[in-house]
Amino acid sequence: MEGTTSNGKFKVIGTRPIRHDGIDKVIGRAKYGADYAFPGMLHGKVLRSPHAHAKIKSINTAKALKLPGVKAVVTAADLPEAANRLEQAGEMAINPHYLSMNILARDKVLYDGHAVAAVAATSPHIAEEALKLIEVEYEVLPPVMTVDAGMKPGAPILLPDLRNREEGDKPTNVAQHYQFKRGDLEAGFKAADFVIEREFNTAMVHQGYIEPHNAVGIYNADGQATIYCSTQGAFDVRSLSAQVLGVPVGKIKVVPAEIGGGFGGKTTIYLEPLSVLLSKKTGHPVKLVMTRSEVLRASGPTSGSRIKVKMGATRDGKVVAAEVWMAYEAGAFPGSPVGAGAMCILAPYTIENLQIDAYDVVVNRPKTAAYRAPGASNAAMASETVIDEIAEKCAMDPLELRIKNGVREGSPQVVGPPFKRIGFIETCEAIKHSDHYNSKLTGAHRGRGVASGFWFNAGMQSSATVNIHTDGTASVVTGSPDIGGSRASMAMITAEVLGLAVTDVRPVVADTDSIGHTDVTGGSRVTFATGMAVYEAAQDAVRQLRERAAKVWEVKPEDVQLVDGAVSVKDTASFEKGEGKTPMTIKELATKLARTGGPITGRASVNARGVGPAFATTLVDVEVDPDTGKVQVLRCTIAQDVGKAIHPSYVEGQMQGGTAQGIGWGLNEEYFYDDKGVLRNTGLLDYRMPTCLDLPLIETAIVEVPNPGHPLGVRGVGEVSIVPPPAALANAIYRATGVRMTETPMSPPRVLKEMLKKRTGEESQSAAAD
Amino acid sequence: MAKKTLVEANINGEVVEFLCEPRQSLLECLRDVLELTGSKEGCLTGDCGACSVLVDGRAVCSCLMLGVEAQGKNIRTVEGLADGTTLHPLQQKFLEHASLQCGICTPGFLMSATALLERNSNPTEAEVRYALAGNLCRCTGYDKIVRAVLDAAGSIRSGVKTSRAA
Repeated sequence: MEGTTSNGKFKVIGTRPIRHDGIDKVIGRAKYGADYAFPGMLHGKVLRSPHAHAKIKSINTAKALKLPGVKAVVTAADLPEAANRLEQAGEMAINPHYLSMNILARDKVLYDGHAVAAVAATSPHIAEEALKLIEVEYEVLPPVMTVDAGMKPGAPILLPDLRNREEGDKPTNVAQHYQFKRGDLEAGFKAADFVIEREFNTAMVHQGYIEPHNAVGIYNADGQATIYCSTQGAFDVRSLSAQVLGVPVGKIKVVPAEIGGGFGGKTTIYLEPLSVLLSKKTGHPVKLVMTRSEVLRASGPTSGSRIKVKMGATRDGKVVAAEVWMAYEAGAFPGSPVGAGAMCILAPYTIENLQIDAYDVVVNRPKTAAYRAPGASNAAMASETVIDEIAEKCAMDPLELRIKNGVREGSPQVVGPPFKRIGFIETCEAIKHSDHYNSKLTGAHRGRGVASGFWFNAGMQSSATVNIHTDGTASVVTGSPDIGGSRASMAMITAEVLGLAVTDVRPVVADTDSIGHTDVTGGSRVTFATGMAVYEAAQDAVRQLRERAAKVWEVKPEDVQLVDGAVSVKDTASFEKGEGKTPMTIKELATKLARTGGPITGRASVNARGVGPAFATTLVDVEVDPDTGKVQVLRCTIAQDVGKAIHPSYVEGQMQGGTAQGIGWGLNEEYFYDDKGVLRNTGLLDYRMPTCLDLPLIETAIVEVPNPGHPLGVRGVGEVSIVPPPAALANAIYRATGVRMTETPMSPPRVLKEMLKKRTGEESQSAAAD
Repeated sequence: MAKKTLVEANINGEVVEFLCEPRQSLLECLRDVLELTGSKEGCLTGDCGACSVLVDGRAVCSCLMLGVEAQGKNIRTVEGLADGTTLHPLQQKFLEHASLQCGICTPGFLMSATALLERNSNPTEAEVRYALAGNLCRCTGYDKIVRAVLDAAGSIRSGVKTSRAA
């Protein structure tokens, strides 16, 4: 595992060192948010709505406050009115008004689990008891649980002030309508030899991170507050909490703890302002940790959706027209990822004539949050199964069809400029040449499916400093919480530039007072954008090291080079040979820093441009039990274009993890609400994420088509791997059973129902023929 | 507040006395009373395995066991897995195989795998998967975890005690 290099170009990048934070994590010493404790700390709990949709007529907290051990209760009355406007927060646009209403319900509760009040007490058990003593009077309203119900004329309205451009001043549940058009749709369909039209429904699913949301808030008498929490973005926690609390960001410091998974779900806030508010009321640190049931009911899952796809193609397999209608559940407040879904759904293909209509619809479910390539998996489930059907109709290998229609450098994107260098075709080729694709699948009720996916990846803002220590080692400080091994990649980039051993670089994730602004760990942006900042900060340190050596040697800085961790004069022949001009390692030079100008800190802040989009193609073999409809995954391979794999093991891990989540989404996971809008599967047993018994070893093919927009070729790896699996599974199930699944999850009852329908249809056909 | 009970247990090789309320789980006692926060709270319903510890050699979800039930028991948590600064082969293999990403499930996996390897040091892949089926990981897809456990089993069989300084 050690010592492999990448293309011979790098010494550290492309190798697989042990991650710097690894030992703390395997011995139980790493500190996650819930692990923090402070003297005098109180414990908070949140009262949540039992109704999906109801007016709050009154809240009485008097009895709860009298319970011994209870120190404070807060409701929405304790929060200021937040601004009603869209603001950019990391990857997302957020309306502080709605954000505040999600933290504590103001006049209405909008989903089962919506926070209504919070309590601080001397123990979590007392806080729980106090919740039962808070009296809330509700007027229950009919819930709106699906996009169809929400879009129906006369549907109950969730947010009386919500309007959209098209409907003018009419109250609505449709927050946005996006439309993308290209070419001549009618002419396109006319030119087609055949047209396929299908409708799909995908279930709301949760990111399923193992660590529940948590926050410890400490409010000081001078008005300064500190929040310790597990988050993907400490700076976003700071700015969002400041908006909800109505204080300047400078009054809040956020210390990012270790984070136990997020996948997009920990890019926003739930408990953080409550911990500060309760701390302000009590004068004590206050810790809140969600239960699993609260995580499922009241944090942000991703949208369920309804999607219609119509595609026309010629007999030789050219897709000539596509029309898409898609509506995503936003949850209680606007902001589903339907816009992203719309830009992803046809992204892998060059289709001259297309129209995509996308609707963001509020429903009585929790406000959705980002989830790994938000919006793209639902979309790909629809488009990639239709693509598979086209391949079947044309009697073409589905990979060949993708290669024939696939986007390349210069192909137009759904919106905006043409693609730069991308690696979609390369992912199809990697699967085509894989051992898996070239193996024979034998046995009854077995099928093999393939699907592809696209995700934009993100750039945004990052800061980094690289400090040279007096012993010649270095630390690299960033503001990107490490969610999957990014400390290792930051240290590797630093080591590569400085020519140090990776073990001589210590990576640090800093709090919001200790590093420049850095956007979320999300959007597959950390190794790309924070990596770019680290690369530049390390280059800044190199420049300063050269200057110092030049000072020692009394030569010009441009005549000094840094190679393999040592400074030397570029052309020794042009200088007098003598003392002080023999090459110095960074270690030797570091001892002279105090005498040559003081400490060296390389610095960089970037607003990263040059984002390289990502493509993935997944191949999966399944066996379907003809009696139960249960789908067992037998073998799975994913090929993903990552640009450049800094630490291949963690790149593989991202590809495998995303694939596993996509398999869960495809086969079992779903939010199951009853007819009153109450979530019925609030535990992990019933939510049914894949265990290691549900999955095979997941084979990976790392494709490296360097991103020309990054100094190291990085694209980002965290997201696109989740996009193809549901569709790949649907296509495999079709080949195993002859049944085309159009609904996720493709759980045993759903698959069995479709198989029985098909059998019954075949039987009645054969009876009619008899 | 409920009256507290004095409990005596052997935790990670040390005899420990602690006070706990009857309603406190073993997980709460470990984390909040004994400050052993290595065991993690993921679900509190025994579904995720993040809080797995060994009780008299068997892997148990510490969220499903009361603290008072620890009386007289031998309990091992992730903090007791390494021998001083010498890592357990499972810990070493988890590092080498990159078997952890966010790391929150890691202590639970290590303890469940320890229970398996202490009763069967030559498991098949299927046996590893059965033994770990009560532990959820959302980051890795389990691939590298399964490989690390199989590799650690090999190390244990060949008598490798360890490795790297912790």
